[in-house]
Amino acid sequence: MIPLTYMMSLSAIIFAIGVAGVIIRRNILVMFMSIELMLNAVNLAFIAIGSRLGSMDGQVIVFFVMTVAAAESAVGLGIIISTFRNRETVHADELTLMRW
Amino acid sequence: MTVEFPALALILLFPALGVVFNLFFGAKWGRTSVNIVGPGVMFLAFGVATWAFVRLLAMPAGSALAMPLWGWIEGGPFHADLALRVDALSGVMVMIVTGVGALIHLYSVGYMAHDEDFARFFTYMNLFALSMLILILADNLLMMFVGWEGVGLCSYLLIAFWYTNPQFAYNGRKAFVVNRIGDAGFLLGMFTIVGTLGAHGVWTLNFVELRNNAALLGGAGATAACFLLFIGATGKSAQIPLYVWLPDAMVGPTPVSALIHAATMVTAGVYMIARLGFMFSMTPSTLDLVATIGALTALFAASIAIVQPDIKKVLAYSTISQLGYMFLGVGSGAYASGIFHVMTHAFFKGLLFLCAGSVMHALGGEQDMNKMGGLRKKVPITFATMFIATLAIAAIFPFSGYFSKDLILDSAYESGHFWLWLIGVVTAGLTTFYMFRLIFMTFFGESRVDPDKEHHIHESPAVMAIPLIVLAILATVGGWVNLPDGWLWGDAFVRFLAPAVGNFKPAIEANSFDLSLIALAASIIGGVLAWVLYIQLPGIPFLLAWRLKPAYDLLLNKYYIDDLYNLIVTRPLFWISDNVLNRAIDSYAIDGTAEGAGLAVQTSGQVARRAETGNVQHYAFVYLLGALGIVAYYLFLVTGR
Repeated sequence: MIPLTYMMSLSAIIFAIGVAGVIIRRNILVMFMSIELMLNAVNLAFIAIGSRLGSMDGQVIVFFVMTVAAAESAVGLGIIISTFRNRETVHADELTLMRW
Repeated sequence: MTVEFPALALILLFPALGVVFNLFFGAKWGRTSVNIVGPGVMFLAFGVATWAFVRLLAMPAGSALAMPLWGWIEGGPFHADLALRVDALSGVMVMIVTGVGALIHLYSVGYMAHDEDFARFFTYMNLFALSMLILILADNLLMMFVGWEGVGLCSYLLIAFWYTNPQFAYNGRKAFVVNRIGDAGFLLGMFTIVGTLGAHGVWTLNFVELRNNAALLGGAGATAACFLLFIGATGKSAQIPLYVWLPDAMVGPTPVSALIHAATMVTAGVYMIARLGFMFSMTPSTLDLVATIGALTALFAASIAIVQPDIKKVLAYSTISQLGYMFLGVGSGAYASGIFHVMTHAFFKGLLFLCAGSVMHALGGEQDMNKMGGLRKKVPITFATMFIATLAIAAIFPFSGYFSKDLILDSAYESGHFWLWLIGVVTAGLTTFYMFRLIFMTFFGESRVDPDKEHHIHESPAVMAIPLIVLAILATVGGWVNLPDGWLWGDAFVRFLAPAVGNFKPAIEANSFDLSLIALAASIIGGVLAWVLYIQLPGIPFLLAWRLKPAYDLLLNKYYIDDLYNLIVTRPLFWISDNVLNRAIDSYAIDGTAEGAGLAVQTSGQVARRAETGNVQHYAFVYLLGALGIVAYYLFLVTGR
């Protein structure tokens, strides 16, 4: 059996990559993918701990997260496409209409 | 014996209705309605007052009519009610105020015939009458104070009646502020009474109860209270040092000068002292002060009056001087003599002002006597009535002023104030001099009227002439109610007032016939001097003015008292107001706080909004920092402990 530490470490690494992607990458499509990465890192942690505790709760929550993520992807991609059509860019630096 | 007499309320109700009518309907319903209602309510009030007075005369001496209206102030053991009371003293006053007031209201119909603001004028006049009647009919000091303040307000409103002239408005403010200084004294006096009597368990300002408990005040309490109340009287009755507002009050319409600043309001101080005579009699030092201030004011104002060129200014200083006589009378302890002079003065000084108004009316508003002269034939009624009034104020036998002034001088002498009596006699000479100077400059000699005004000189209409004639009759016979002791009905007036104000107790005996001859001689000398200087040798006054220029300038400039007050009070006050209160406190402290608060918000907003970059990654980064912070908090501080 794979030790919990490994799985939690993997989850943390993937989450950190996701965070870094959101903060660093300028392309909002990539930022969006990074958010999905973070969600799945969390999913991994849920599964791991659920399996360890012998509980179904972890798996249930994962399904919820995946459902929400699917809906969120649909909306998010819609926004991104719409933004691109209007502004012809997906660069976060250039999408600063709401600044002071 | 006190009898309930509900009709007393009508005396207040009629002027109050007049105020309401003139205020809300006067301008809408037009001049005729105002001309009927304005004086009409006064005549109705006079009718009721006469009814009450006749009733009072029929009752035994010392009786009073009373009308409790309703409870007013209840504060623990202290209470003050709205209640009206007419005894001999307030009966006389209420007759003067409603009677002379009604005549002057009637005169105003003619005088204000060309003024657009007639409704406002009669609103104020009725309001004044209402306030004055509250002052007189009040049965306690607090309600009297309401009237006291009310007449002050109306005085202000009427002095500044033609408010578009900034100088007039300023004079109105001056009268108001100077009066307020006196009113502060009145208030403090009331506090002293309530405080001192309250310490003995007597919580009242009611005149009857005060009289019954006056002994509890003790010497010091009575002195303090009377001194403070006298300050109030100097303000309202234009005595040294607070007389400065009265000459400036002459910018108001002339009927106002006649009613408020001669006949009624300014005598309120005398009335108040007579009303509280039992208290003033307990404190000889204050009484001496009253007499001294009165005599000095009489002399001081009369000396100014002899050089003033403005007809109304002469009468204003004359009023101050006559008020001084009244204070000399009450200060001598002879309260009835002061009230007697209040009455005769109301007749002849009211008449003098109305005549002056009639002259001004004829000359299109001219007040400078250097531009009058020779009017005797052109305005015969005005001349005749004014001449009678002059004889009365000059205390020439048998006109009314003779009897009242004589009684005052007599009382002053017999109370042991020889020097004050002497001042009074000298002032009597000065009075005749300046009054005959006024008559001679106005009605005799050659006309010095502006040629363009010369042709429309006209006698006043009947509505103005009738009050003049009635007042002239009163100014002639008004003094006969109190003849010297032993003649016909004798001192009926003094005996009538005695239960209300107490008897005069002479300190020294004197032959009042000799005294009165001396005063009469002084008056006649003054008159003859005026005749010589202004009729026989008209060049002499100018020569004198030139030779005695410093003295003349001193008098013409009213002893520079106004300038002195400006220098030591008004200008420092303005300086403090402008530099400290306006610039330092208002502009810096208050505005600074308010504007500073706004500025602080604005500035911090300017800084803080820089955080709103609009870049979603910046927000995400801050969000991350926050999340890390929370995690760190739980890791290191909560679980790590």
